[in-house]
Amino acid sequence: MKTLTKLPLSVAAVALAFNVFAAGSSVPLEDAKTDITDTASLQNGAKLFMNYCSGCHAISFMRYNRIGADLGLTDEDIKENLMFAGQKVGENIVTAMPEADAAAWFGGTPPDLSLVSRSKGTDWIYTYLKGFYADESRLFGVNNHVLENASMPDVLWSLKEGRSDDEFDKDVRDITNFLDYVGEPAKLIRGDLGKKVLFFLAILFVLSYLLKKEYWKDVKYGIWRKRD
Amino acid sequence: MNNKQSWIDQRFPLTKVWNEHLAEYYTPRNFNFWYFFGSLAILVLVMQLVTGIFLTMHFKPDAANAFASVEYIMRDVEWGWLMRYLHSTGASAFFVVIYLHMYRGLLYGSYKAPRELIWVLGMVLYIALMAEAFMGYVLPWGQMSYWGAQVIISLFGSVPVIGPDLLIWILGDYAVGDPALNRFFSLHVVALPLILVVLVFLHIVALHAVGSNNPDGIEIKKNKDKDGIPKDGIPFHPYYSVKDIMGVVAFLIIFCSVVFFAPAMNGYFLEHANFIEANPLKTPDHIAPLWYLTPFYSVLRAIPPMFGSQFPGVLAMGAALVILVALPWLDRSPVKSIRYRSAPFKWALGIFVVSFIMLGWLGMQPVTPVNAALARIGTALYFGFFILMPWYTSIGKTKDVPERTTE
Repeated sequence: MKTLTKLPLSVAAVALAFNVFAAGSSVPLEDAKTDITDTASLQNGAKLFMNYCSGCHAISFMRYNRIGADLGLTDEDIKENLMFAGQKVGENIVTAMPEADAAAWFGGTPPDLSLVSRSKGTDWIYTYLKGFYADESRLFGVNNHVLENASMPDVLWSLKEGRSDDEFDKDVRDITNFLDYVGEPAKLIRGDLGKKVLFFLAILFVLSYLLKKEYWKDVKYGIWRKRD
Repeated sequence: MNNKQSWIDQRFPLTKVWNEHLAEYYTPRNFNFWYFFGSLAILVLVMQLVTGIFLTMHFKPDAANAFASVEYIMRDVEWGWLMRYLHSTGASAFFVVIYLHMYRGLLYGSYKAPRELIWVLGMVLYIALMAEAFMGYVLPWGQMSYWGAQVIISLFGSVPVIGPDLLIWILGDYAVGDPALNRFFSLHVVALPLILVVLVFLHIVALHAVGSNNPDGIEIKKNKDKDGIPKDGIPFHPYYSVKDIMGVVAFLIIFCSVVFFAPAMNGYFLEHANFIEANPLKTPDHIAPLWYLTPFYSVLRAIPPMFGSQFPGVLAMGAALVILVALPWLDRSPVKSIRYRSAPFKWALGIFVVSFIMLGWLGMQPVTPVNAALARIGTALYFGFFILMPWYTSIGKTKDVPERTTE
């Protein structure tokens, strides 16, 4: 109980310590420049994610057929391109990797990425995926500028082979864009709906202003008591 | 229609209530921009209740399922994302509206006699609203929900003698966990909303008993015509009902802009770290309450621990809230409105607003030596506004208050 009662203090101390740590390892994040309205980019991102990321990372709040419905893909498209292990299209996207194995191979379970775009942001994901560099002291021979001593291998290395930087950047951007969508599927529709709502409210405001003005003529000319 | 009305009126005072509180309730004719926020607060309250009912239908108050159930609402429940954003944005909007409503009271001396009880009820409402918002923020069970609760609830453990037992009694456990989540849910959806609704009712009953203050701070009931109607009064309905409708639409335009285009408000309305599920083994690098609680969080952190106890800071935070209640009896100025106040009061109010905003900003920042010093200055200024009020409101020259309202 003692530790709990002193929590505010220890929290302050921890916050200070982390700040120093963060200042030591943080790099300026690149602008991901993702565009969630670009369906082709989202489709490519989905495909790349399922091929390169989903072996280890789940996006367990997401369902296969929701991706289909949102990105204009049929159930057949989904089964052929995005599903590998014989799940049903209505299922959540979990990883086949057993947790115990994951812990043994990587020193920890690879995190679920359903909400990574909301907790870290798209710029972070984009810069992180591009931030791997050779470091023989690490288990997989690579380290990361954004997340120092990350236990993740550079799984996208084969996308760099024989391709231009721009092509690689585009693929990373598409994966980032897909994760942005996965973080908040409603983002696809809320902007459009918001414009309609604001348009309606703008008209309603004009009407409510005219109504108020009409009534307040009585007050302005001091004749309200002659009404009715 | 008339027959039916009289049938009801014989059994229920419908026409009487309608007239007393709307059609023949006389309101000063000179309300300005600052007088929209009372009706807007009611709007937001109703919106929170309605969206809250729908969220409660799908939310699971269970430490193992709460986080996932919120994402279920965001993804699988039809229009669930909209209900959730309306509710989360509504929480911040409630405080925006309430802070402006309270500031109106300070500007025009609305708390002064004979409206002390309206102010006192309002302050109790404000504190109840803070408790409501705090417990609501715990429910999504993200990292900030969990660690924010851990920090704030642990303050009760600093109470001398009974602290540790009190803490266990509140949490139903040794740390924030499933029992705490369950009881916070119960308090958030039943107990506190009931208290809020009752207090709002009493707040309005008290207001309608004495009538509204106005930007000139004069009593319109002192100037009545031969029919007993205040010369500067107009019936609330239809004049202020149509004006408030306009205010409601203007508010909704701003509100919906946030809901549809920036619901997380870059971490100010929904914190980034709260999209990571609560993990008791992993303390986030920076814990801050949501923006509307940060001025008081700053006061808490500004007071250094004494005799190895955090309790003095807790007392200071409590005092910062309780001292608001005393405002009507600290103000000794003969005038109400800022329009006719003396220069010392205007200065004091300006410094108070700056110190309150500064404390709010500091409460979101990590503690550094400079920030801690600023928070202490801010805390001193905050309390100074109240403690020195009997003095600075009795010096300086006030302007003459007119007999009738000005345009």
